[in-house]
Amino acid sequence: MDDRDLRALLSAVREGRLPRRRFIQILAGLGFTAPMATQLLALSGVAMAQATSTYKPTRRGGGGALKALWWQAPTLLNPHFAVGTKDQEACRIFYEPLAGWDPNGNLVPMLAAEVPSLENGGLARDGTWVVWRLKRDVQWHDGRPFTADDVVFNWEFASDPATAATTSGSYKDVRVEKLDSHTVRVRFQKPTPYWADPFVGTQGMIIPKHLFENFRGAKSREAPANLRPVGTGPYRFVDFKPGDIVRAQLNPNYHLANRPHFDTLEMKGGGDAVSAARAVLQTGEYDYAWNMQVEDEILKRLEEGGKGRAEITHGANIEHMQFNFTDPWKEVDGERSSLKAPHPILTDPAVRQAIALLVDRKAIEEHIYGRTGLATANFLNNPERFRSRNTRWEFNIEKANQVLEAAGWRRGADGVRAKDGRRLKFVFQTSINQPRQKTQAIVKQACQRAGIDIEVKAVTASVYFSSDLANPDTYTKFYTDLQMYTTTMPQPDPERFMNQFCSWEVAQRENKWQGRNITRWRSDEYDRVYRASEAELDPVKRAAMFIRMNDLVIENHVVVPIAYRPRVSAIAHRLRAPLSGWDNDFWNLRDWYREA
Amino acid sequence: MSRYLLRRLLLVVPAVLGISVVLFAVLAAAPGDPFEELATNPAIPPEVRANLRAQFGLDDPVAVRYLRWLAAMLQGDWGYSFVSRMDVEDLILQRLPTTIVVIGASQVLALLIALPVGIYAATRPYSIFDQIASTFAMVGFALPTFFTGILFILVFSIHLDWLPFVYRADISATGWRFWWEHVRQTIMPVAVLGLFQGAAWTRYVRSSVLDVIRLDYVTTARAKGLPERIVVLKHVVRNALIPVVTLVALQMPAVFGGAIVTEQIFRVPGIGSLLISAILANDTPVVMAVTFVFSVLVILSNLLADILYAWLDPRISYR
Repeated sequence: MDDRDLRALLSAVREGRLPRRRFIQILAGLGFTAPMATQLLALSGVAMAQATSTYKPTRRGGGGALKALWWQAPTLLNPHFAVGTKDQEACRIFYEPLAGWDPNGNLVPMLAAEVPSLENGGLARDGTWVVWRLKRDVQWHDGRPFTADDVVFNWEFASDPATAATTSGSYKDVRVEKLDSHTVRVRFQKPTPYWADPFVGTQGMIIPKHLFENFRGAKSREAPANLRPVGTGPYRFVDFKPGDIVRAQLNPNYHLANRPHFDTLEMKGGGDAVSAARAVLQTGEYDYAWNMQVEDEILKRLEEGGKGRAEITHGANIEHMQFNFTDPWKEVDGERSSLKAPHPILTDPAVRQAIALLVDRKAIEEHIYGRTGLATANFLNNPERFRSRNTRWEFNIEKANQVLEAAGWRRGADGVRAKDGRRLKFVFQTSINQPRQKTQAIVKQACQRAGIDIEVKAVTASVYFSSDLANPDTYTKFYTDLQMYTTTMPQPDPERFMNQFCSWEVAQRENKWQGRNITRWRSDEYDRVYRASEAELDPVKRAAMFIRMNDLVIENHVVVPIAYRPRVSAIAHRLRAPLSGWDNDFWNLRDWYREA
Repeated sequence: MSRYLLRRLLLVVPAVLGISVVLFAVLAAAPGDPFEELATNPAIPPEVRANLRAQFGLDDPVAVRYLRWLAAMLQGDWGYSFVSRMDVEDLILQRLPTTIVVIGASQVLALLIALPVGIYAATRPYSIFDQIASTFAMVGFALPTFFTGILFILVFSIHLDWLPFVYRADISATGWRFWWEHVRQTIMPVAVLGLFQGAAWTRYVRSSVLDVIRLDYVTTARAKGLPERIVVLKHVVRNALIPVVTLVALQMPAVFGGAIVTEQIFRVPGIGSLLISAILANDTPVVMAVTFVFSVLVILSNLLADILYAWLDPRISYR
């Protein structure tokens, strides 16, 4: 099927000659996934099917108390200052964005009346603007109406550099204008395929203009509403103790019928992940616990307690091993791992291929991560429409030996291979974290059998993941040959995620190691495809480009993907909590309910 | 006496200053950055972090930052939390009542165990009761609180399902239910801290009473026909408790230290858990303030011990 056939099909659906479901079936037969097919429909002017809500209760309230446990406690309640997920989650109880992301990476309107599309005039054909129509009759918790002024204000607030908003990345390069009391237009500087970033999802929660108007820029930190939020969400603020607890109660004027279900909500923070899992799965003291970074074996044992279940939500966070393409042991102009000094050994593709063959991903999945880390051949794993089918992985010590032998690396007396006086000896670093040390051991053992000597190194997480310029052990400096960590993909769109292999992103002294390309691999082809994807408005072509980028990274063995790590939550048996890997856990809090 | 007191109080000033310099220097030298979480998130532009660092004055040299902190402190301004974006004193005041309730109750529990058990064991040394008490004291003293805490949770929350193991400072119930819930959730943390402390004190009380009970004046008291109860309570215990009182006062800061761990295990929103989360988040002003409070507590309990000593034992004079 080529472009033309596809467009013929699309117009058949648009004119009503072909049912939507049939269209999706045809595409599925061709290997396209359902989310990809729906995305196609959306961009060609057929509205996305409204995700049907599974919410059952027929009246507001009456659900009693909802008790949620976060092992990192929220410390502030202004979404534009949220430092980590924990703060965003706490804000999400009270504040809503214009739309959220469902588990398939589709938009679900929240404060918007509908999702913008070409058909409803919400999207520009050239991708330079998007028009959001807002829901009418939405009230802030204090009774004031929610209007377009609030939306425009959020853009002004977050894009002001003096505010130092953590959301500013989504707002600083756009312009937002009010079209009428309930319509706004977001203008982009250039054609933007990923238009659903400002005002959407984790970065998009809207704060009320009337309470923050007098606290802009540097004064913003003094706003009393930073600690006493007034939002539009399903629950109203009761009490907040930073670092400990957030309490909320039902919002009787919520803008959706029959919602919310619970009369009160409590989000308790602190402690550790294992005991949080216990409190939900084993004792039933709590209904929900966030981010169960607990070994699967322990989770399974706790689930036998019978009070709850562990729920897996797929995202695209990836635990992977990186090769350093620059020499970490040579200083050039006072800088280690400098672009001017290519790595003497790891630039040999045979060596990288051999190491990739020596990572036993199946054993790592089975013995270390279980359900919480799935073996993968790809760097970009989700949403499914971006997942490459062209890649394979294997664990094969014999083949690794052959590859090295063929490339001229011969075993020395001590069993370590060498060529031209250079020995295959690498330092492999990661953060201190039990599963990672176990993985290091598995890799080291396999490498030994192929004549590669690995020295493992583990750095305290607070140093390794810091941006301390004076410290040589940070992951961005990468002063070793190999390293391993999880890189996260917060949005369902891979554009920002995939920039970590672009040549202009190389982390080096010049940019204070803030560049995102840490392997320092550079490829003209990759750069070219990435640039093209930034301007490509056709979602099918764009998805193909991201798949190509993934394949380039895998074929060239720039990194070795180890396991992609879904989010795991602990949920009490009767609680129904729709979760999404592309948004906060509380993204759809309004639909949470307890079955009778 | 008052001159002595004045001199001691004046000595507190350089001590506190010295402590604050050391604390500040150590914190400044420690790795990490309060905004490092922003660095690993691709959605947040690096300028935001640079801007925040500038706003909070993190880019200035350590000496400048210290002097600024000191000047603010002298005016009663404890600083401003980077992470919670609120005043540090509010944060501490929010947490203080819980800590005082938990630590106070555990101290009372420890004394309630240590005094009777220690005294009774000392009056009958090497009896069965003494042997058992000593064994338990040894075990209790040897087990760290993080271990007993988890053990208690396993037994009382998970196997027996009697007590909750997540402490909540806000309990929405009212009336007797409110008190009942509070007592239920306080039992385990208080027992963990109290038993640990009680075990240590039992040993002190016992040995201290044992020292005194063999003295001649006790024999005299017995010889003149006083009942044993009066001999022990009025003549022995009063003298024997002098070193114990000093010990209790001196150990107050150690209790706060033990409480840090216990608070973390039971999620008690006290000063200790505030300190831990502040350290993990590199929230320097909060770490500074809490450790400062702790060090002032150490100095003051030392002073208190000295003063109590004089009050209990008139033979000691101060010059």
